[in-house]
Amino acid sequence: MAQHPAAAPIGRGGRRKSLERSETLAGFLFVSPMLLGVFVLVLLPIVATFVLSFADWNFVAGWDGIDWIGFDNFRKLLDDSLFIRSVRNNLIFLLAVPVYMIISMVLAVLIDRYVYMKGYFKVAYFMPYISNIVAVAVVWQVLFHPSYGPINQTLKALGMSDPPKWIADPHFALASIMMITVWISIGFNLIVYIAGLQSIPRDLYEAADIDGASGWTKFVRITVPLLSPTSFFLLVTGIISTFKVFDIIAVLTQGGPIGSTSMMVWYLYDQAFTNLKIGYASSVAVVLFVFVFLITLGQWAAQKKWVNY
Amino acid sequence: MYAITRLRLGKTVVTVIMLALSVLFLLPFVWMLVTSFKTENEVFVYPIQWIPKHWNAVANYKEVWFGRYPFYLYYWNSLKISIATTLVSCTVSSLAAYGFSKVRFKAGKWLFFIVLATYMVPGQAILVPQFILYRNIGLFDSHIGLIILGSFSVLGTFMLRQFFMGVSNEFIESAKIDGAGHFRAFWSVALPLVRPGVATYAILRFIWTWNDYQNPLIFLRTDRLYTIPLAMQKFTSMSGEFYSLIMAAAVSAIVPLLIVFIIGQKNVIEGIALGGVKG
Repeated sequence: MAQHPAAAPIGRGGRRKSLERSETLAGFLFVSPMLLGVFVLVLLPIVATFVLSFADWNFVAGWDGIDWIGFDNFRKLLDDSLFIRSVRNNLIFLLAVPVYMIISMVLAVLIDRYVYMKGYFKVAYFMPYISNIVAVAVVWQVLFHPSYGPINQTLKALGMSDPPKWIADPHFALASIMMITVWISIGFNLIVYIAGLQSIPRDLYEAADIDGASGWTKFVRITVPLLSPTSFFLLVTGIISTFKVFDIIAVLTQGGPIGSTSMMVWYLYDQAFTNLKIGYASSVAVVLFVFVFLITLGQWAAQKKWVNY
Repeated sequence: MYAITRLRLGKTVVTVIMLALSVLFLLPFVWMLVTSFKTENEVFVYPIQWIPKHWNAVANYKEVWFGRYPFYLYYWNSLKISIATTLVSCTVSSLAAYGFSKVRFKAGKWLFFIVLATYMVPGQAILVPQFILYRNIGLFDSHIGLIILGSFSVLGTFMLRQFFMGVSNEFIESAKIDGAGHFRAFWSVALPLVRPGVATYAILRFIWTWNDYQNPLIFLRTDRLYTIPLAMQKFTSMSGEFYSLIMAAAVSAIVPLLIVFIIGQKNVIEGIALGGVKG
C-alpha cells in the first residue's frame, strides 16, 4: 500500500503520542481560567440553588439552622398569590416582545432603504439601549409624575381631564413599564434587523421590481420571510430577557403599587434579600431556571422546523 | 427621470417622518439635560421651558459631584471596576476562545459544550448561592469581588471564538513549524489578527459593566464603594423631590457611555449585529 507522504505519521508512534499529549496540555492551559470561573461561579451555584430549594433557611440562622423540607417550598409557591401574580405579570409582559419586534422591523426596513442620514437614525434609536437603565428609569419616573409630570401636563393641556397616574396606578403601572421597555428595546432589535436585511440578496428585489411588485408585496413576500431567522432569534432573546426583567422594576416601582408590577426576579430578590428566606427564594430561582431552560429547548426544537433559511 | 424624482421625493418624505419619530427617542434625553440646568422651581413649569429662564447649572452639578453623595468618587469606582473587568474578561475569554478553536484536543469539544450550556442559566437563578459564597470567602462588599463576578463571560468566549475560527489554521501551523509553541502562536499570530473582534467585545463589556445595577446592588454595601448606577439610585431616593439635581446626576451617569459609544460606534453596532448579543 503506497502511503502518501503527507499522511504518514511524523516519526515513530511515541513521538506522535507525546505531541498529542502536549496539545492536550496546551488546550487545558488555555481554557482553564475560564473553566475555573464557570465552575465556581456558575455550575456550583446552580447546583446549590437546586439543593437549597428543598430547605427552610435564612441567613441569620447559620448553617445549623437549615431545615430540610422536601417539596414544601414548591407547594407553598402554588398557594402564594403574590408569586402567582408575578408569574402572570411575566406572561403579560411577553406581549411587549412582538410589539417592539414589529416596530423595529418596520423601522429597520425604512432606515435601510428609504431614508437619508442612516447614521443619525441608528444612533438616535439606539440611545435608550446604550444609556444607563437607572438614569433612564429615573427620567421616566419624573416624566410620568401623576400631577406635575410633563406627560400628564401635556395630556391635560390637550383636554384630558383625568389622565392615568401611570406607574402610581395599579391598573397602568405594568403597561407603563412595558412601554418604557419597548422604548428601550427598539434600538437593539433595530440593529439586529438591519444586519439581517443586509444579508438578503438584492437581486430578489430586482426580480420583484421587474414583475412589477409593489413595496408592500416585496415586504410581505420577500423581506418578512427572509428575515425569519432574525425574527426567531429576537423572539427567543426577547422572551428570555422578559423573564430576567429586574432593574427597571427595582428602580421604578419595587413591585408595587400593590403587587401590580411584581415579576419573578423581583419576587426572588425580595424574598432572598428583604425577607431573608433563602430556601423559598431558591425555589423561585428553580422555577425561573426551568422557564428559561424550557424556552431554550423549545428554541432548539423549533429552529429546524420553523425557520426559513 | 420622472421615476427618479418620485423616488427622491418619497425618500425625503420618509426621512422627515422618521425624524419626527426619532424625537420620541431623543426628547426624554433633551428634557433631562435641560432640567439639569434649571432651578428647582422651574422644573415642572408648563408649557415646558426648553431653554431655562434661570441657569442653575453650576450649583446643581456641584451638589451632585461634591455633595453628600459625591459623584467623583463613584465615577472613579465605576471606571476602576469597568476597566479592570474589561481587561480581565478579554484576557480570560480570548485565551479560552483560542483554546476552543485552535488547539486540537479531545476534551475541548466537551468542555466547550459545558461552558456554552451554562449560558442558559439566568444570572438571577444563582444570585443567592453566589451571595453566600462571597460572604464566606470574604469577597462580599469589595471591588475585587465585583470584578471577578464580571470576568468570566460565556458570551465573550463564544464571540471571540467566532473571530478566532476566522484565522486560518495555516498561520498557526506555520508559526509552530518555526518552533513557536501555542502561546507564541496565540500571542504574536492569532491575537493581532482578531484585534477588531477583541476591541468590539471590550467596548461592549465596558458598557455592560458600567451600566450593571444588579450586581453592585447585591454585592456592595458600603456607601463609598458604590458604582454610578447604584449611587444614582441612592441619590434619587435621598434627594426626593429635587428633580433638577436628580437630572444632573442622570446626565453625569449617561455622558461617559455616550462618549464610549460615539468613539466605538462602528464596533458596538457591528458587535451587536454580529453576535446578536444582549447584555
